[in-house]
Amino acid sequence: MSHRLLTSFSALVAVLLLAQAPLAGQAWTPPRTADGQPDMQGVWTNGTLTPLERPKGLGTKEFYTDQEFAALAKRVRQGDVGTEADLGAANNQALRYDLSLYGFDITKATFASNKRTSLIVGPEGVVPPVLAEARKRNADRAAKNKGHEFDSYENRPLQERCILMGQERIPMLPGVNDNNELQIVQGPGWVAFLHEINHSTRVIPTDGRPHISQKVRQYQGDSVGRWEGNTLVVDTTNFTGLTAFRGSGEKLHLVERFTRASDDTVTYQITVEDFTTWDKPWTAEIPMTKTPGPIYEWACHEGNSEISTILRGARVVEEDAAQKTAK
Amino acid sequence: MIAGIAVTGVLLLATMPAAGQAPAYRVPRTADGKPNLNGIWQAVNSANWDLEGHAASTGPVPSLGAVFATPPGLGVVDGDEIPYLPAAAAKKKANQANWVKLDPEIKCYLPGVPRATYLPYPFQIVQSQKNILISYEYANAVRVVNMEAPTKAPAEGWMGWSNGRWEGETLVVDVTSLNGDTWFDHAGNFHSDALHVVERYTPRSADTLNYEATIEDSKVFSRPWRISMPLYRRVEKDARLLEYRCAEFAEELLYGPLRKKPIN
Repeated sequence: MSHRLLTSFSALVAVLLLAQAPLAGQAWTPPRTADGQPDMQGVWTNGTLTPLERPKGLGTKEFYTDQEFAALAKRVRQGDVGTEADLGAANNQALRYDLSLYGFDITKATFASNKRTSLIVGPEGVVPPVLAEARKRNADRAAKNKGHEFDSYENRPLQERCILMGQERIPMLPGVNDNNELQIVQGPGWVAFLHEINHSTRVIPTDGRPHISQKVRQYQGDSVGRWEGNTLVVDTTNFTGLTAFRGSGEKLHLVERFTRASDDTVTYQITVEDFTTWDKPWTAEIPMTKTPGPIYEWACHEGNSEISTILRGARVVEEDAAQKTAK
Repeated sequence: MIAGIAVTGVLLLATMPAAGQAPAYRVPRTADGKPNLNGIWQAVNSANWDLEGHAASTGPVPSLGAVFATPPGLGVVDGDEIPYLPAAAAKKKANQANWVKLDPEIKCYLPGVPRATYLPYPFQIVQSQKNILISYEYANAVRVVNMEAPTKAPAEGWMGWSNGRWEGETLVVDVTSLNGDTWFDHAGNFHSDALHVVERYTPRSADTLNYEATIEDSKVFSRPWRISMPLYRRVEKDARLLEYRCAEFAEELLYGPLRKKPIN
């Protein structure tokens, strides 16, 4: 590991140690908007080093102790954390790339500290097993695309096509290292979430109105919200089968809970339910921490040279192969 | 009773316009006392086809017949004339002749300002104190208007950088740092990256706003010019923005020729 990266990891550990979240259950009264809603406005990031699923070997252990957390932080400094922290590109590519060149320098990113061993809560700490019917559905889809990955734009993943990026897709799981910024703006009766990636905006009604017709299916579904005390509860249905969150189908039902837990933390809890995919719902909790704005414009489609480059490359390879055969 | 008459007198005075001014509509206030512009709004005109007055005409795809013909419009430009510099007037003509290939809306590119406002899709104003977020159904375009001390754009963009302020009943938004890649309409009306737009959103009744935009671009126009139009509230029960992630509707156009087996 280069000296530069050692320095980077030291800085990272400092971030981990300094940004201590408030203790669970600690009373804190959130500020209010002019019309009396709990005020969650600002720019937040759900970037985290905590993996979604609990590493094997930790069993049912949901939280690290202070000592264990300090030891983990020390091992992060040494770049030796295995599956216990999600370093993303920093983990796998540390020896090959200078991450700062690609905007993936995790030392410049803000992370909420989290003593959870996994974002998924509860004793199991993993996504429940996928049902046989869902495995078949997803395998069939993959098989249909196999060997045709480069035939057309239609065979490419939604995020390459700038239609739906990983981080904006709800429930919003953090992307490793980058593009986890979210701005919340509240107006009377509505809460707007602007995700920096793909300028992805959801404007959610909180006036108790029902979901739209089930005939209207959308990548991001249809979201309706309500306030429960200091928590904004957002219920989303009407997904498409193409949304496929971790293999889900169009029956996906998502409940998101946003709670301002302290001045610099919003707790983002998700409960994911799809009885055509998993035999039970599962819940994850992701701390979002305040980060300096502003949100930049992330125009994806307008600058998308990826699809045309991939397809053109595939056509060139095919032409070369055809010429060799002809010879 | 006397107190009641006194109150009525105060009420009458408060609603009377100042001498010399046209009677103005006073819109209800938000909880923090600002004019309340929250809502889902939409232009009902054919400005997106041509800002200037135009008769109806054949659409670009003959096989679609009357469905996608150009609807007529009286025009939304003050004086019905966009003051192009000579070279720019020639470019506008060339744009118009080839709009089916060149109009950025066809590719689902972000629309810029002011075009986002009068595209034939609704948009929603979410009004807070420090920021006003405007979410557009088209392409999931969005702007966050900064209502605090004006800030400088960190970078040029498709939707520009918006600083807002209140002038009486009117929300005034100053938009800079717009790139030169958007158009104003299907008729090839265009601008450069020197574009500066000042928008004015003024409530004119409970369910209508007046929208004005002053457009300045010394590389393309000989003087600033102005468009104005009403915006209408989408009053349907349960009105909300739906997804119009149009990138996928432009893919065949953009990438179809690169298919292994092109459709045509």
